[in-house]
Amino acid sequence: MIEGFTALYIFMLAGFTGYEIISRVPTILHTPLMSGSNFVHGIVLVGAMVALGHAETGMQTLVGFIGVVLGAGNAVGGYVVTERMLEMFKSSKGVPDE
Amino acid sequence: MSNLIPLSYFAAAVLFILGLKRMSAPATARDGIVWAGAGMLVATFATFFLPNMHNFFWIILAIAIGGGAAWKTGKTVAMTDMPQMIAIYNGMGGGAAAAIAAVELLKGDFHSATFQNLAVIGALIGSIAFSGSMVAFAKLQGLMKKSFFFPNQQMINLGVFALTIVLAIVLMQADIPGGFAIFLFFALALAFGVLMTLPIGGADMPVVISLYNALTGLAVAFEGFVLNNPAMIIAGTVVGSAGTLLTQLMAKAMNRSLGNVLFSGFGSHTEITAGEEEQGEMKEMQASDVAAMMAYANKVIIVPGYGMAVAQAQHKVWEFAKILAERGVDVSFAIHPVAGRMPGHMNVLLAEAGVPYDKIFDLEEINAEFPQTDVALVIGANDVVNPVARTNPDSPIYGMPILDVDKAQNVIVVKRGKGKGFSGIENALFFLENTRMLYGDGQEVANKLVSEIKQV
Repeated sequence: MIEGFTALYIFMLAGFTGYEIISRVPTILHTPLMSGSNFVHGIVLVGAMVALGHAETGMQTLVGFIGVVLGAGNAVGGYVVTERMLEMFKSSKGVPDE
Repeated sequence: MSNLIPLSYFAAAVLFILGLKRMSAPATARDGIVWAGAGMLVATFATFFLPNMHNFFWIILAIAIGGGAAWKTGKTVAMTDMPQMIAIYNGMGGGAAAAIAAVELLKGDFHSATFQNLAVIGALIGSIAFSGSMVAFAKLQGLMKKSFFFPNQQMINLGVFALTIVLAIVLMQADIPGGFAIFLFFALALAFGVLMTLPIGGADMPVVISLYNALTGLAVAFEGFVLNNPAMIIAGTVVGSAGTLLTQLMAKAMNRSLGNVLFSGFGSHTEITAGEEEQGEMKEMQASDVAAMMAYANKVIIVPGYGMAVAQAQHKVWEFAKILAERGVDVSFAIHPVAGRMPGHMNVLLAEAGVPYDKIFDLEEINAEFPQTDVALVIGANDVVNPVARTNPDSPIYGMPILDVDKAQNVIVVKRGKGKGFSGIENALFFLENTRMLYGDGQEVANKLVSEIKQV
């Protein structure tokens, strides 16, 4: 298990990572990036699969099933809309990578 | 084999972070989502091989249902409706986190008390993000009244919240939480998410969606600790903090504090301060004259707002801008941070129409150029160009950064009618000496401008 101070350190470092990634983003990318981060927490799908895969009773299976449906919706929907938005930035030329 | 699964999760976490990093610069943004997508595939695939897994049929069926529905809606939704789709997918993530917690609580088999507490907190946050996002979706989709008030609202919200917390503590303390307590806890948490979002007006929705996005990330991280899943912990925490910062940036761009957004309806104090001293009249101008004026200008700045996007006029406006550019006019687009329904939403809509992003400028970049501009064309924007934000301390939008279009030599405002903006505030810009109104639907006006300028 990841617990105690190890858990706290991971939490802190990941927190700073997220903050750093966003802090220098141009406004034009705010919406795609919000959508992209929405996709990334679609990783909840993995947790829902574990919950359903280890379910013991009918009730747990039902709730786990709902969880996987929702998690898959988050991951797939998040990917599709982010990809569609960012696709438009590909065709534009000009401004070099900063 | 036993190392392969942790390695996959590790790879997923790395790919998520690199993907988000790439998404934060225009040139690499498109790759970023592909990297993150690869991470998601690796992690999902690896999860099938975890020890003691069963119910594979149900897992695959659930992925097919949820993923299929999301794929279909995501592919077909119009770009103008993006914000509410993000809200709904985000809500699903929060709901999934809550479902994980519910399964774990039903099992009641926690590694230690700390994990039980984290599961309950994650469940609370996830449930609020779920039901709150659904209300946000309904509001942006126009299925629900913009803001919703009822007597003693604050007291009732507070009461529901207090009850939710009591039940959360009960669940944290219980050895094996009872089914009824679990059910009641989730019902209350979901109800609180709805109640909390109801009074918030449409203009504040982007901030709220962004906040729920951050909350879902946090809920996912907490459930990741419970399930001992590092990919969930890292991805959830990164999104939690990135989303919090993004929420602050948005609130700042709108000159609203987060507390303000959450605890008071925008509409409640606007009636008192809506300026009655606004005088003078709006002067009209015909499309043919506008086209001629712009054709002979040196420098033109186009200020698009959500009204343009709703009228689907961005393609025609860009066509018009291209004709101007061919004539040697210096044309640029000025985007207010909150133009559209979310920061950056207007950039997406313009990109869809094919406007290159080196023609698009932020508020800070372009505001100094308005005094040297011959014509500023405001199309479908209102509050973000209202000079009272600079001049009238009594106005509810006072202090909000605005585009200084009133400093241009000539201002043309394309507008459907004489009504007020989204916030219900009279716009002083319309009454200025250098402002002319061009009435009509955005699409129709853009069409007229294109055909008129061809004859100039």
